[in-house]
Amino acid sequence: MKVAVVTFPGSNCDYDLYKAIQQVGGEPTFVWHRERGLDGFDAVMLPGGFSYGDYLRAGAIARMSPVMEDVVAFAEGGGPVLGVCNGFQILCEAGLLPGALVKNASLRFESRDVLLRVENTGNLFTADYEVGDVLRVPIAHGEGNYQADEGTLERLEGEGRVIFRYVDAAGAATDAANPNGSLRNIAGIVNERGNVLGMMPHPERAMEPLLGSSDGVGVFTSLSRSLVPATS
Amino acid sequence: MSTAEGVTRVPPRAGDPDITPEVVAGHGLSEEEFERIVRILGREPTFTELGVFSAMWSEHCGYKNSKRMLRLLPTQAPWVIQGPGENAGVIDIGDGFALAFKIESHNHPSAVEPYQGAATGVGGILRDIFTMGARPIAVLDSLHFGDLASGRVRYLFSGVVAGIGDYGNCTGIPNIGGETFFDRGYEGNPVVNAMCLGLLKQDQLIRASASGTGSALMAVGARTGRDGIHGATFASEELSADSDEASRPQVQVGDPFTEKLLLEASLELIASGAITGIQDMGAAGITSSASEMAGRGGSGVEIDTARVPVREPGMTPYEILLSESQERMLVVAEPGKEAEVHRILEKWELEAAVIGHVTDDGRFRVLEDGRVVADIPALPLTEGCPTYEREGVESPDVQTLRSMDLSEHAKPSGDLSALFLRMVGSPNVASKRWVYGQYDTTVRTSTAVRPGGDAGVVRIRGTRRAVAATTDCNGRHVYLDPGVGARAAMAEAARNLVCVGALPTAITNNLNFGNPLKPHIYHQFREAVLGMAEACRIFETPVTGGNVSFYNETDGRAIYPTPVIGMVGVVEDVDDITPQAFRTAGDSVILLGRNTDELGGSEYLYVTADLVAGAPPAVDLLAERSLQQAVLAMIRARKIRSAHDCAEGGLACALAESAVGFGEDPWGVDVTLDDDLPPVAVLFGEANGRVVVSSAPEDAAEVLRIAERHGIPARRIGTVGEIGGPFRMHVKNAQVEVDAMRIADAFYGAIPAIMDAPAISGV
Repeated sequence: MKVAVVTFPGSNCDYDLYKAIQQVGGEPTFVWHRERGLDGFDAVMLPGGFSYGDYLRAGAIARMSPVMEDVVAFAEGGGPVLGVCNGFQILCEAGLLPGALVKNASLRFESRDVLLRVENTGNLFTADYEVGDVLRVPIAHGEGNYQADEGTLERLEGEGRVIFRYVDAAGAATDAANPNGSLRNIAGIVNERGNVLGMMPHPERAMEPLLGSSDGVGVFTSLSRSLVPATS
Repeated sequence: MSTAEGVTRVPPRAGDPDITPEVVAGHGLSEEEFERIVRILGREPTFTELGVFSAMWSEHCGYKNSKRMLRLLPTQAPWVIQGPGENAGVIDIGDGFALAFKIESHNHPSAVEPYQGAATGVGGILRDIFTMGARPIAVLDSLHFGDLASGRVRYLFSGVVAGIGDYGNCTGIPNIGGETFFDRGYEGNPVVNAMCLGLLKQDQLIRASASGTGSALMAVGARTGRDGIHGATFASEELSADSDEASRPQVQVGDPFTEKLLLEASLELIASGAITGIQDMGAAGITSSASEMAGRGGSGVEIDTARVPVREPGMTPYEILLSESQERMLVVAEPGKEAEVHRILEKWELEAAVIGHVTDDGRFRVLEDGRVVADIPALPLTEGCPTYEREGVESPDVQTLRSMDLSEHAKPSGDLSALFLRMVGSPNVASKRWVYGQYDTTVRTSTAVRPGGDAGVVRIRGTRRAVAATTDCNGRHVYLDPGVGARAAMAEAARNLVCVGALPTAITNNLNFGNPLKPHIYHQFREAVLGMAEACRIFETPVTGGNVSFYNETDGRAIYPTPVIGMVGVVEDVDDITPQAFRTAGDSVILLGRNTDELGGSEYLYVTADLVAGAPPAVDLLAERSLQQAVLAMIRARKIRSAHDCAEGGLACALAESAVGFGEDPWGVDVTLDDDLPPVAVLFGEANGRVVVSSAPEDAAEVLRIAERHGIPARRIGTVGEIGGPFRMHVKNAQVEVDAMRIADAFYGAIPAIMDAPAISGV
């Protein structure tokens, strides 16, 4: 699995994604935001961080980076794209995913482990999980409050495009389990075609028991398994 | 122009004020210091030169009232690669890796503008680390505030936490711990200290010196503006009630996004080999960075202020030299490598400009568009700051407080269970999740122990090793007895490290005190440094650098003396990492160390009697050292499942913390303590030298044997109960019995209940 990890000025989870990809046997390459062309990659990942300092609005400036034209083309061609945290925000700003991520309901940065329920496994990113699995994964964001109009939410739900939801230990999507005020406790969604996943929690930070959880590994193994190698 | 005697003539610059005694005093320089400047120059200084001396000879840069005492601190050990005097200390941590680390204060700016004051404090300490060629891997923060009952304190507290959080979060450095302490002794002046750890391969170390005649001096990063002019001098003065408005222009504004770019660009510059020196333009800006690099390199520098990229036109050399605009660096590029420096900075969308060059004449020379405006011998400027040993006399008020009879307070009053819950919910004992929940703690995917434990732990990729770090200082104890309190801070820091499985290795210190010209303050400073020095020797933890912050006073009232210890340790094998939380029902709970009837300076007295009095608990440094070795031996033998230091709130609160863990459902506890001591002393006394461990029942005997071998008193006091079970402590003729869930509610709910209450007034 050859993966482009796109880095913007201010990305800071690029290295973490890089190590997570390596851990499942993938071959990551950093692609600087001013570079062009994503040929030869099997997947593209947009890391977390504060691209352009989150000035103006999270992801609003990064989505105008030259490489984003290629990311859009890659996604439109069916290539798998994963955006985590700031990456999710950039995907929404770029129009690859519906809705928007606004300030957390608490108006504060929220950093902690959350529990996520896997809602759908019929896509490239969650095939290695079972529906209903509850995963422990860290979050760390100030603007992760997912908002969309009622029609969009109904479509996302109806088409099975809500992939992760914030839940409590019993697997229930309660207000207390929702760290940021996201509508319907939404933590991660895919596009219509199912090849673009955006999620606020950091699966790349849940890769080994030493650091508190290895529940995020499945996101990377699912993708790796679903891909036919681009070369050989 | 040089004369035959080496005296240079620098004509006054048109428009600059004349040098009058008032102007000299306004720069914080004494008559005697001014005379010394005249001797050094062989003439009167120009206004620009006066500003340069004022900044370099400020307390903040020149350490004039602390240097003599600081020389008494041990600074050497075989594993010390870089001791005090550089941007940060560096130690060998094995496997070819080195750790750069340092702590720094931003108390004054945080008292005036909490968000920016704290944020720029983090920015400064990060730059100190990455200018050593180290990649920052963790931040800790040591915070001391007034009582949260005060609206102004809540305003400062929330602003400081948000400032630290936003800066660290944006730059992508995990926060792994620290401390937060509340006591009205910090009402006017919060203590805001930030510590950073950085990792480097031993051969990547770079030092901040300017050498190689003809090498270019380049200003890199943000442009120079009119913010923070004379911040170093400001940090060397007391605050007054109107400092808020008047001093705000001296507080800098941080831009963490530019910092992140500067971090990456600097590490790339160092790796490229294009530069031979790099230094943050921190306190006293271009002046200190350029003159210190010249001083260390044994060379000279010449700078033209007209070539410095500025934010607005019309800035004078005085302003450009003394600006403390953030996110700027001075780098020394090898001749011919300027283009490569430009290329790297361009990639990171940063500006760089050649502003001068290295000379061989030992002068710190400044031109304005080719015309000399300052010409000073570099070494006397950086090293010639007069140092003083002041008179130190203990305040009689403190003597009275220390000798106060506390026996009335040792008598149990009312329901001990209710009292226990009150203690667990006191802000000094309660969970600080409200604080670290705003800090990214997991970015860089190496944080093995997050904030909330005894010490933070970061693993070193590619090895079995990890590094641990903690910051500690109970200012109350230092206030009541500076020597004992400083030893206690060292002892607590070391206990915190061994509890997570790390061998204490070295320290950085942040000495926060009032005005050293006052004899009772200087007494506190001297005794604290002496106590710290003794503990450093016994623990074999040398000082590799740090920071002194004097003049933490408002309207003549000083903070508690607060010598914060930032201690680092090495975990040899990540399997040694030990949690503070209990792990298994039925495990044996073992107390290492001895209970005493010392209630002096305790959280119990503060909570129940609103009192800071009595002698703080004694410290036996040799016994502490044995305890440290015993705990590490137990961990390495895999005989204990948890370990936790006893500190604020005493044994009862330590057990509560091990029961509640990291926010999971709490464990029940059932222990019996048969000490022939007053119940409140056993429960809440803060005797040093104690650690609570838990072990599988079959390992308990071996744990006791290891303790005995190290000469440490140890006894099995009870067992870990079921999750959600009762928490019981039986002491002589009394007991505490509460539901473990209620402990968790009190522990986690206390600070949010104060900070998130709607419509808090009084800000």
